[in-house]
Amino acid sequence: MPISAFLTDASLCIGCKACEVACKEWNELPDDGFSWSGHSYDNTRALGASTWRHVLFLEQKQSMGSQLAGINGPFRWQFLSDVCKHCANAGCLEACPTGSIVRTEVGSVFVQPDICNGCGYCVVSCPFGVIDKLPEDGRAFKCTFCYDRQKAGLIPACAKACPTESIQFGDLEVLRQRGKKRVQDLQERGYSDARIYDPQDTSVGGIHAFSVILGEPEAYNLPPAPEVPTAYLKSAWTSAFISAAIIFAIVCAAFAL
Amino acid sequence: MKTAAKPKMTEERLEEIRKAASEPTKEALATQESTRKPSAQGEQSYYGLPALKAPVWTWEVPLYFFLGGIAGLSACVAFVAQSFRSDPGLIRVSLWAALLGAAMCPVLLIADLGRPTRFLNMLRVFKLRSAMSLGAWILAAFSGCAFVALFCFELLLRGFTNPLLTSLLWLGLTSAAATGLLLASYTAVLVGATAIPVWSENRKLLPTHFLTSGLGCSAGILELAGFLIPATQILGFAASGIETVIEIFLEVRKRPVDAPLHHGRSGTTLRIAGLLEGPAALLLRVFWGSVPAGRYAAASCFLIGALLSRYAWIWAGRGSASDPNALFHLQRKA
Repeated sequence: MPISAFLTDASLCIGCKACEVACKEWNELPDDGFSWSGHSYDNTRALGASTWRHVLFLEQKQSMGSQLAGINGPFRWQFLSDVCKHCANAGCLEACPTGSIVRTEVGSVFVQPDICNGCGYCVVSCPFGVIDKLPEDGRAFKCTFCYDRQKAGLIPACAKACPTESIQFGDLEVLRQRGKKRVQDLQERGYSDARIYDPQDTSVGGIHAFSVILGEPEAYNLPPAPEVPTAYLKSAWTSAFISAAIIFAIVCAAFAL
Repeated sequence: MKTAAKPKMTEERLEEIRKAASEPTKEALATQESTRKPSAQGEQSYYGLPALKAPVWTWEVPLYFFLGGIAGLSACVAFVAQSFRSDPGLIRVSLWAALLGAAMCPVLLIADLGRPTRFLNMLRVFKLRSAMSLGAWILAAFSGCAFVALFCFELLLRGFTNPLLTSLLWLGLTSAAATGLLLASYTAVLVGATAIPVWSENRKLLPTHFLTSGLGCSAGILELAGFLIPATQILGFAASGIETVIEIFLEVRKRPVDAPLHHGRSGTTLRIAGLLEGPAALLLRVFWGSVPAGRYAAASCFLIGALLSRYAWIWAGRGSASDPNALFHLQRKA
């Protein structure tokens, strides 16, 4: 099977949250409470165990492309639908001690709910802060990339529901090319800060749900240089072995004296 | 009548709402404050909301780190003590500490699971790349080895002499010491190899700290059990000495990523823990090391400090996860 991917285009998103709703409907996810955040129109706030699509609402004091500034100065309202990145080197998958988190035949990262025992190690191993433990249930949950729908030949619910094709679903390489082309087009049209967010040059090695964004990734709470935590294992174990050797030598010395 | 009064009421209410809306709320001001802090590139995070998920581990996990350290190092002490033909009573206490610790650890870990009945899934796979999978196997192996060692030792103490029993004791002791050192240090690797900046940026320091504190605790338990011999004194000196160096190092080195180690609940707890494990225990040994009361006090200080330190490090992880600007600054700097 080809490797599936999402291309989420911030320049096309209208902040309708149809993806959030479609995701909740299809995956039968519980609500996240009904409270106002005060952060523009975003009352979802972040991805989590019961929120697998999250639409961000950015209010920035700068022009959108070549738009003219209003009386209150330049302003742009930006939206982006965020989702699990399905990393090429996934921190959660590497960390999972039960083998519950697996790589599927479509290249996605999938949590098998019948195996997960809720140890919580994936939660601290995700460099994007996506996966979380659902307190009421005890297990960890995140976007399944609509694995069930993909198996039945359907496209993921969020992409299906998106009215502006801001969420595009398809083959990884095809979408990477389309993303590049889109960034080029946007830049030619005056959106000089358009870029693709796909950290391929870090230990994460690229993601399967990349996005076209305007401006710096930090503004979308996307880490600029995420690392898969297994990259830290070597130095941590080296320190552990050296320390253990020194401690053992101290114990020997104490009893020899 | 009610409908007639309504428009006026609505108009008044609207005035109130307009007035309230024109004044920023406390919450909005706090958000503005937190989002105003720019990162390295002058960029801001998304409304100051966390970019990482905070650790979900409850009180059992830091306690497990503490007990695992004691159990592991106690087995190591027992092995070395037996090699140097030390007091059998001391070896017996050490082995009991190792086995009791190993017996409590799984209970704590299972209690922390979201689905405790599925605890056996921990041994479903063996993954070198997952510190937690490795840890589950290390704990299982350690428990077995410590049990064999203690069982043989108790039999030998009761006068059963058998060459097979002796060799089994040595096998148990050696493997318990080896797996014990792993048990006391893998927990540091476990937190070091995560996406939480304050943990991963201290991944080289944490194993040294966890092992040293395990050593000081196992020596402290022997002292509290009445073994006020020079060996436990030396171990106490060494452990609190190293902890003092670590404490000074943490205080001197001021990195933005280490903010949770200096401020807030985690910072205060870590500082108290560091003082108890390091300078306090060390000075008690220097000035009152010759009297039993001084050594009991030093041992107790060290044990309390070591326990607090584990909690402080977990709390620091929570603080670190909720600070997106520190994360972005770190990644932009690299």
